[in-house]
Amino acid sequence: MAWQHKDLLGLRGLAKQEIELILDTAAPMKDIIGRDIKKVPTLRGKSIVCLFYEASTRTRTSFELAGKFMSADTVNIAAASSSVVKGESLIDTGKTLDAMGTDIIVIRHAASGAPHLLAKHVKARVVNAGDGAHEHPTQGLLDLYTIKERKGRLEGLTVTILGDVLHSRVARSNIWGLRTMGAEVRLCGPSTLLPPELAITGVKVFTRIEEALEGADVVNVLRLQLERQKKGLFPTIREYARQFGLNQERLKRCKSDVLVLHPGPMNRGVEIADDVADADFAAIEEQVTNGVAVRMAILYLMMGGSGSGAVH
Amino acid sequence: MALYIKGGRVIDPANGINKIADVKIEKGIIAGIDDYSGAITEADEVMEAAGKLVVPGLIDIHCHLREPGLEAKETIATGTRAAARGGFTALCAMPNTKPVCDSQTGVEFVINRAKAAGLVRVYPVGAITKGSEGQELAEMADMAACGAVAFSDDGKPVPRSDIMRLGLQYAQMVGKVIISHCEDPELAKDGVMHEGYWSTVLGLRGIPAASEAIMVARDILLAESVGAKLHIAHVSTARSVELIRQAQWRGVNVTGEVCPHHLALTDADVEGFNTATKVNPPLRTDQDREALRSALNDGTLTILATDHAPHTAEEKACEYNYAPFGISGLETAWPLFWRELVESGVMTLPSFVAAMTVAPAKRLGLPGGTLSTGVAADVTIIDPEYTETVTLENWQSKGKNTPFVGQTLRSWPVATIVGGRVVMRDRQVIG
Ligand SMILES: [Zn+2]
Repeated sequence: MAWQHKDLLGLRGLAKQEIELILDTAAPMKDIIGRDIKKVPTLRGKSIVCLFYEASTRTRTSFELAGKFMSADTVNIAAASSSVVKGESLIDTGKTLDAMGTDIIVIRHAASGAPHLLAKHVKARVVNAGDGAHEHPTQGLLDLYTIKERKGRLEGLTVTILGDVLHSRVARSNIWGLRTMGAEVRLCGPSTLLPPELAITGVKVFTRIEEALEGADVVNVLRLQLERQKKGLFPTIREYARQFGLNQERLKRCKSDVLVLHPGPMNRGVEIADDVADADFAAIEEQVTNGVAVRMAILYLMMGGSGSGAVH
Repeated sequence: MALYIKGGRVIDPANGINKIADVKIEKGIIAGIDDYSGAITEADEVMEAAGKLVVPGLIDIHCHLREPGLEAKETIATGTRAAARGGFTALCAMPNTKPVCDSQTGVEFVINRAKAAGLVRVYPVGAITKGSEGQELAEMADMAACGAVAFSDDGKPVPRSDIMRLGLQYAQMVGKVIISHCEDPELAKDGVMHEGYWSTVLGLRGIPAASEAIMVARDILLAESVGAKLHIAHVSTARSVELIRQAQWRGVNVTGEVCPHHLALTDADVEGFNTATKVNPPLRTDQDREALRSALNDGTLTILATDHAPHTAEEKACEYNYAPFGISGLETAWPLFWRELVESGVMTLPSFVAAMTVAPAKRLGLPGGTLSTGVAADVTIIDPEYTETVTLENWQSKGKNTPFVGQTLRSWPVATIVGGRVVMRDRQVIG
């Protein structure tokens, strides 16, 4: 099976087999990262541009290394959102990159749908590296990969996503990916940070963390944007930590082999207690490694690689 | 010599007429509706209308012509061409131009430009407050005296209740209607689409339905307390409809209008991030759309308007968040309303025609909206069987911002006559 789409804009709408293809391809990629010499010639002569309108060292570096490990030429463009308020710039920038022979554009943007706009106007393949509060598909995929790696499966698991679901693209991608793969998804956070309409099929919503954690196999703790408090979306950071912070005591309600995820960077002591973040049942560092592997898989598949796992 | 429109179905709700007949126009005036087969001479001009509908010229009480100041989006000349193509013989132009039409000079400018364009009638709506900034009343009496037909800060609400109350009182004094854009600015802040399932899925900031209904409720209470005439622009939510219905039962002088896109589309159409679907108030849910239909069916809402809001292609070719609100609506209004209201049986043909002619005219005290003998001959001829696929090729408005491109619609205006002069024939604008 080969990758059928021009772009990767989100996990919503991806078929189960497509997600499986990416996860299966990521496994041999992870082996490369573990090697002494992390370089295969797979994407030699291919060019990848990371077009970041929002700063994110973590995601950008992850894509950049993924490209470099496969011998692609990678270029970073850090464009400040404020200086590019008009979208014609996005279209123009995309066309320029196209004309320079770019094969893949990886875009991070504060506006939901920006990658869709770009994809419509360029011949290059577009990978969404996070758009507004919409989707962050590669983060979703690395979360799925990490869960599958630890648990051996996704189907039938109960995954609790904890925190600011309303503004979280990570949550959106997780919801679609996990639902497609047959997991049960629970959302939990203060009601002011939960989506206004909860009709997303099959998702359960909680405002009491104890209930949300009951019997959970996985807890995915979202990063709390502390400036939301200044906007009055919740009263104080102190109260948030008390009401919604994940600590050892609360984790007892989960399955004994619970897995804790966090997309990072963490606000330790706010959404997650120190001893939880550093515990063996947390896979937060593993997620970072898996992020590179999953991104290698995506770049590889998009450049025509097949999912046979044959990587030179 | 006379112009005869021969053999069409003449629908003139103002006079209870709905029959096959000829319309006789002489010297720009309706001279009668009758069987004139024996009276036509070789010198007369005859428009064959068999199988077509002959109705009073359509009146749009809510559109944006963008001149002065925003001529890249639209001018009075291009906007009136779009109107003629859409079967409209008269428009009310909202005052949110640059500068805002908030003075006698502004009103006179629009009237003069429209005269120069000379295609369809344009009635200026004046601002309620200076600069539409919501702080001080604009010179409404002066504007009324020189031709403003109503007052509105459309494009935004009047946020302060005290100012809105003064505006209603003052408009009442000069005998005009306040057209209210109902939106709680804090609740709607930074929103780009309806708040609900689809805003959740798309990760776009939502505009809650309550942001409209809250202001509808406020304005109804204010209008009621001062005995003023209130018209709610672009009603989009079920709750707003309910509030208007209850107010009318109490005897409040309140009316409301519905736009084509709020009937033809829902928030689900935002999927794909097409900025042509970005409009304020936003596309709502199926239930809201159903509520609008029933309100048109039971007569709670009696007026159909376009909220024609043209923008340049460049302004709309961007991220959804950054695009301006608005759909260019004059040229597709009739067939969309037809599909949503006539073909689906929501309105009878006469009440539908009334909602686009006599009802808006009566509400704002405009001339026209009827085919009564002796009035200016503003007439629209519709071919209910004619189908056309919406393309931008023949589009007259500068604003190409329509989400309906590619849709094949039935029932189109095929002739527009203003004061006896044919300004559109066979879908082509003349002059
Ligand atoms: Zn408007």
